[in-house]
Amino acid sequence: MRLVKHRLFWPAAALVTLLIVNVVANPNFARITVRDGQLYGALIDILRQSAPLMLVALGMTLVIATRGIDLSVGAVMAVSGAVALTIIDSPSSNPNSLGTVLIAIVVAVLVALVLGAWNGFLVSVLGIQPIIATLVLMLAGRGAALLITDGFITTVNSDPLSFIASGYLLILPFAFFVWLAFVIIVGVIERRTALGMLTEAVGINPEASRLAGVRSRGIIWTAYIASGTLAGIAGVIYAANIKAADANAAGYLIELYAILAVVLGGTSLMGGKFSIAGTVIGVLTVQALDSTILFLGVPPAQSPVFFAVVVILVVLVQSPRVHRWGRSVGARFRHSDGEADAPSSPERQKEVAR
Amino acid sequence: MTAMETAAPAKKGLGERVGTFTNRHASVLPTFAAIAILILLLVGAELYFGNFLTPRNMSALLLDNAYLMILAVGMTFVIVTAGIDLSVGSVMAFTGIFGASLLSSGVPAVITIPVMLVSGALIGLLIGVLVQHFNVQPFIASLAGLFLGRGLAFVVSLSSIRVEDPVVLWLQSTRIRIGDWYITPTGILALLAVAVGAVVMHKTRFGRTVYAVGGSEQSARLMGLKVPRTKVMVYVISGLCGGLAGLVLTAYSGAGYPRNGIGTELDVIAIVVIGGTLLTGGRGYVLGSMIGVFVYGTIKTIISFMGAEQSWTHIIVGLLLLLFIVVQRAIVARSERGS
Amino acid sequence: MPADTDVPPLVEMRGITIAFPGVLALDHVDFFLRPGEVHSLMGENGAGKSTLIKALTGVYAIDSGTIEIAGEERSFETTADAQEAGISTVYQEVNLCSNLSVGENVMLGHEPRGLGGIDWKAVHVAAAQHLGSLGLDLDTRSTLSAHSIAIQQLVAIARAMVLDAKVLILDEPTSSLDRGEVEQLFSVIRDLRDKGVAILFVSHFLDQVYEISDRITVLRNGQLVGEHLVEDLPKDALVTEMIGRELTDLAAIADAGEREIDRSGAPVLSASGVGRKGVLEPADVSVYDGEVVGIAGLLGSGRTELVRLLYGADRADSGSIELDGDAARIHNPRQAMGHGMAFSSEDRRAEGVVADLTVAENMILGVQAQRGWLKPIPKAERDAIVGEYMTALGVRPADPTIPIGNLSGGNQQKVLLARWLATQPELLILDEPTRGIDVGAKADIQRKVAELAAQGLSVIFISSELEEVLRIAQRVVVMRDRRHIGDLDPSDIDIDGLIDYIANTEEGSVAR
Repeated sequence: MRLVKHRLFWPAAALVTLLIVNVVANPNFARITVRDGQLYGALIDILRQSAPLMLVALGMTLVIATRGIDLSVGAVMAVSGAVALTIIDSPSSNPNSLGTVLIAIVVAVLVALVLGAWNGFLVSVLGIQPIIATLVLMLAGRGAALLITDGFITTVNSDPLSFIASGYLLILPFAFFVWLAFVIIVGVIERRTALGMLTEAVGINPEASRLAGVRSRGIIWTAYIASGTLAGIAGVIYAANIKAADANAAGYLIELYAILAVVLGGTSLMGGKFSIAGTVIGVLTVQALDSTILFLGVPPAQSPVFFAVVVILVVLVQSPRVHRWGRSVGARFRHSDGEADAPSSPERQKEVAR
Repeated sequence: MTAMETAAPAKKGLGERVGTFTNRHASVLPTFAAIAILILLLVGAELYFGNFLTPRNMSALLLDNAYLMILAVGMTFVIVTAGIDLSVGSVMAFTGIFGASLLSSGVPAVITIPVMLVSGALIGLLIGVLVQHFNVQPFIASLAGLFLGRGLAFVVSLSSIRVEDPVVLWLQSTRIRIGDWYITPTGILALLAVAVGAVVMHKTRFGRTVYAVGGSEQSARLMGLKVPRTKVMVYVISGLCGGLAGLVLTAYSGAGYPRNGIGTELDVIAIVVIGGTLLTGGRGYVLGSMIGVFVYGTIKTIISFMGAEQSWTHIIVGLLLLLFIVVQRAIVARSERGS
Repeated sequence: MPADTDVPPLVEMRGITIAFPGVLALDHVDFFLRPGEVHSLMGENGAGKSTLIKALTGVYAIDSGTIEIAGEERSFETTADAQEAGISTVYQEVNLCSNLSVGENVMLGHEPRGLGGIDWKAVHVAAAQHLGSLGLDLDTRSTLSAHSIAIQQLVAIARAMVLDAKVLILDEPTSSLDRGEVEQLFSVIRDLRDKGVAILFVSHFLDQVYEISDRITVLRNGQLVGEHLVEDLPKDALVTEMIGRELTDLAAIADAGEREIDRSGAPVLSASGVGRKGVLEPADVSVYDGEVVGIAGLLGSGRTELVRLLYGADRADSGSIELDGDAARIHNPRQAMGHGMAFSSEDRRAEGVVADLTVAENMILGVQAQRGWLKPIPKAERDAIVGEYMTALGVRPADPTIPIGNLSGGNQQKVLLARWLATQPELLILDEPTRGIDVGAKADIQRKVAELAAQGLSVIFISSELEEVLRIAQRVVVMRDRRHIGDLDPSDIDIDGLIDYIANTEEGSVAR
């Protein structure tokens, strides 16, 4: 079946199943109401609430494709939120002026871009392992965010900011359009230019790419810059959502959910071929799972348990040992049906000595 | 080499002595650096503040960070095998609140404490099995552990639970005085953990296998060492330390709190690296991690003395971590170029 | 003294057959190893040497045949089984833990223990004893990584003796050693041999094999060619057995190879004194317009190392390169490509094939890298390039959208060749382009290279198959043991002469 073999089949199937389960359990889930020409409902909420995670996961996809990882995205979100709200809240500015808000956003995202470039420098120029390099910012970044906000949760009332969080464009939430726009932008850049293919080549076989003249250093650096920038935008949206800069809670654990979403979408942690569409599906799945857990009446603080189970299931499904077990079980079934033996992969090497 | 030996057989020159020393103890040098930094910090603080190096402050240095010391012991085992354990903070929180909950329902401490330790070890076992048997990257496997621990902590209770049990409270409130210095049983537990950890790493075949696996897992396998068992055990040890740290922290604060230890795993990793353990595995000392805890605690104390925000602690620790990593990388790069 | 044939062999491998999908790695091979002798196993890449060793050390399972150790039939499930049977291996990469001390490495897993755990004093005493029995005086407390590879290897051998090895396998032990270190290793080997250990020695360095071995077994294409006492097998006979002769009707290509080259102007590439410490002695090479320069020599002679230095894949310590008469800096592949060079690596799996990408993407990778990411190759141009090379090189199946991993080795090689040809290079370096591929593909590739050269492309061509080199090259550069030992005109020499030259010519005599 060609359909089953398509890369996005299983991620999409998982998402659809989850949605169906939700609808069956709670018919209200699928209800969409129209008010003042705008759509409301649980499904619309998912589209809106997934914005921060979607942006972070987009950047994470690119970094993972180069065989790296970015643990600092949560901290970068905290920093950018802190910067933005400090500018909006500063005594000399009018929090309701669009100009102020725009300046705040631009500065915040620029700061995030610089942080991303810093990560990229450590990894691509100094050759430091990505886990370690981004760990530094993960530690120091939150501290910096706390300093910027002086430890207080800056609560701000700003109409333009609130629009980002809950405003509507046409019939759908503005936040949805924000992430959709970036998905399209990143998608276009990756697939309409050669950047996507070159990134995959670098991730799949760095040495062959180097010998073929590919600019690996620039590509890797760019991935981290993208990750930082997107995290910066996510940070602004998150701050808009809570109308505040909470340096502790902003983006807490988001890097882990982002990695989970990327993996759910079919991109391998080992680097190489990546799928933006897969990540989109992965994020929506994570978000839907979150909603499901909430709906089940589980206190949000306890939801990590479910995600632990999901992470374990996902890695087990991807594990070679489970594949071998699955093949041998499948072979046994076919055998008992009287059909010809399934060709068993020659388990030649019992131990890999070299 | 032979010529030199016949010419000056009796007395080794200073240059040769230094050479022999570095050849034998190259992996201790980072830990010496940590000790140097610690001394610098302590002396500097004393000069700046005047009343820094008091027995009271130094005793508090150990006791306030006892839980970190225990976590650092477990993390050292894991990192020396070139793995990583992101779950320690959450495991500590979970075992802490689990224990508090059991105690407040009347389960005696003599049962609760072992249960706390075992529950930590079980999460560690889960991570270890995922890493060794299913070939999951330690980062992801311990990530699952982090989620599990944190979520389970809130499942036990959404809010903190006070501890009234006399045994547990005894651990923290008893002060054994030696002159102006004092120590509590929790402090003794922490030092004991360090001692046991150091002995195991240095004097048992298991400990040497831990180093071998970190140096080269493939070689260790070919040399006939029990690699799979060791790789699982280091995570069990880390989980066990998580449980013990949960006990210590609960005793220290008088309550279990599901929000404990958020972000602690990063602090512990930084502490272990600063203490001289290489993240790439194969080199590191439990005693070094203890020094790392003191460095961290001193920075924290200095910052509070200065009346500055505690967030500076994280920033400085982050920068220190970066410095150590860059230097480690430079040393590795130089030795690679040489060969 | 080599053991008499009357002494019963310690290791008897009979009729060993091991097959992998598509390849018969070992075909009913017999191999006998006697105690108290140094036995060299010789053969080119793909001959089956490493497969045979892996069968003996328990890494691979045998499809058919028997292994007897000391008269007793054994079947090795794991490497631990082989070790228990007294078979120890020291690999080229020295499988020890370089972060631990010398003494600890020797005794690891067998440390003497007391009441308080490991007795370190006793560990170092025991280690010093074992090292001493090999004539080594080392500081056992020093970290292993503080010592040279040569010393680390000797430590590995000492460890093997701790485990009471009866059979010691040394896999390429001298690749990173200098002359003095080789001497030290050989004296240890002779010592062990005299104590009755059976030593299996694998190396590509002919001179060393002759210096240390008592007996030689030659494999080729998975089959046993012969077992000889070393004094009964002169060097050229050995090389002939290893390389063999393959009868292929490639007369037309051979004719194309007989061309006159105009060497009056500036060469396309002229390298003087290019070398790298521990890797290659400084060498000179020049290539003219439309010339195919073949590099001949056995595996390990430095051919790949030389071209990697020319292409900037590795950094040279010494020497300079001129392109078209102008001095050029080539420090990395990008710069080399900018000067019109192209390099197809010998290890296509690790350094050529980008596995999950399609055939088309692999083909245009070089061109795309040249243009940069901002300028994607338009679909029309891409289809044109891909279509042209699929036909010109005969890639099967002719579907550019399938992942390159689905193609056979020969077709993968053709795709990689297309990648380089598409960049329109002035100088094409091909390292073993015909290795491990079927006869038909071999012929296709040789024909294409000869054609392109006749049209003006300069080529450097490395192949272990000396016929190929003689067939299409207009000049042959000969390497041995990491040195350039001479240049030959292929029209003046036949394969026997070339074999003799490789085996016997003293270094430094350059016959231009």
